Amino acid sequence: MRGQFVLSEIATGLRRNLTMTFAVIISVAISLALLGGALLANQQVNSMKGYWYDKVQVSIYLCNKNDAEIDPNCDRGAVTGQQKREIKADLEKLDVVEKVYYESAEQAFEQYQKQFKDSPLASSLTPEQMQESYRVKLKDPTKYDVIATAFAGRAGVQEVQDQRGLLDNLFSLLDGLRMAALFVMGLMLVVAMLLIVNTVRVSAFSRRRETGIMRLVGASSFYIQIPFILEAAIAGMIGGVFAGLLLVVGKLTLVDNFLAQKVELISFIGYDAVWKVIPLVLAVGVLMPALAAFLTLRKYLKV
Amino acid sequence: MIRFDSVSKTYPRQNRPALRDVSLEIERGEFVFLVGSSGSGKSTFLRLVLREERASHGQVHVLGKDLGRLSHWKVPHMRRQLGTVFQDFRLLPNKTVGENVAFALEVIGKPRGQIRKTVPEVLDLVGLGGKEGRMPGELSGGEQQRVAIARAFVNRPMLLIADEPTGNLDPQTSVGIMKLLDRINRTGTTVIMATHDQQIVDQMRKRVIELEQGRLVRDQSRGVYGYQH
Repeated sequence: MRGQFVLSEIATGLRRNLTMTFAVIISVAISLALLGGALLANQQVNSMKGYWYDKVQVSIYLCNKNDAEIDPNCDRGAVTGQQKREIKADLEKLDVVEKVYYESAEQAFEQYQKQFKDSPLASSLTPEQMQESYRVKLKDPTKYDVIATAFAGRAGVQEVQDQRGLLDNLFSLLDGLRMAALFVMGLMLVVAMLLIVNTVRVSAFSRRRETGIMRLVGASSFYIQIPFILEAAIAGMIGGVFAGLLLVVGKLTLVDNFLAQKVELISFIGYDAVWKVIPLVLAVGVLMPALAAFLTLRKYLKV
Repeated sequence: MIRFDSVSKTYPRQNRPALRDVSLEIERGEFVFLVGSSGSGKSTFLRLVLREERASHGQVHVLGKDLGRLSHWKVPHMRRQLGTVFQDFRLLPNKTVGENVAFALEVIGKPRGQIRKTVPEVLDLVGLGGKEGRMPGELSGGEQQRVAIARAFVNRPMLLIADEPTGNLDPQTSVGIMKLLDRINRTGTTVIMATHDQQIVDQMRKRVIELEQGRLVRDQSRGVYGYQH
């Protein structure tokens, strides 16, 4: 193997197809940046899920005097001390329950006043209008159904609410965005592959004289094909490098300088996650074009 | 060296076979003319020897190997023992004479030291000593064909295949090329040359194989061109 010879062949090939090479680089960069972005978004969602699911609880709201008049779930009247004791005992018997907190109407009132102190509604509320509730922390937050079936409709219980449901809306939105990113990535990747196929075809055609002679004098098919494959791989690698840069810049501008400042509650993924995604992006950037080139050559370069 | 056992070749989507039931044997060191009108099967014959095509029926043996059974990845090694020359020279216009010859060695991975030593030697042999740095475009047709022969011969092949090597050259230049091929033949290399050049065939008095519509119609040692066209 004469390295210098192969290198000069590659340089000539890339220069000869400069516009096509640029197109390949750009489309590979965009598709891989989207791939990396989708992977990072996935990690973000997972870490947020872990974080928030730890915090959220199932709330069992108990009937107060107001509810007894307006809510059909409470038509048996406000909750009694006996009912409360039974509910608490039953909750503690369940395996899936990790901990049970009791929130009195006064505590709920204080909490509400604190959270919505700017709202005009807060001043018109009285502690009697608030509900007592049991806050249940589950060992596995997905086991909400167990609580719901056991306590919904029970005397004294107004509603069983899974707070996870509130978050799931957010997560399904993020999931949707991730799927959209993957879909666009798929399209861009197809575009990139088609461009590579075309580039390799043009390259093979413009060098048919050389390859014809190589064939006649008995160069191995590997030797004939490797400049074309490396050409595609190098263009892909440059695209991959750009994709990596885009990811770092995206993390810096979009996440660190924008989202992290606007949304304080969420802990965003760090650079360690970015560094882990970049090698994958580079590997795909090199291997996909090389494979596309190899398959194209089987068709367009008779060996 | 070469043996055809009732070889036929039909190209895809064609009814008439390009070669029909051809059997012959060419010994090591022979000089063979392959004659016949256009479309008689000369090129197909050469392509079968080069294993650019495979026989539809029968067996082609080259250098002791059954080409029908030679696996795909061994073909390049087989071709390294063959040299090929064409009517249109097929030189690389952007490489010098020396680089064109060296190219044949580079792409089969020969070490640089050997290339540097062999290329001037073979250029001397074909009578182009000292023209190593010239571009093909600066040379006459005869000289370009000599470069092509140098490239075909630089790896010291057992067999040299020439497809109408004098087809683009004037008679006087052709004689020079024929002398060169004859000299290569005398080093022990088998030469097969397809040609339309009656004068050359009649002068050389070598073995003549004539094809007509894909059939072998004449195989004559010390033969002449033999037909008018």
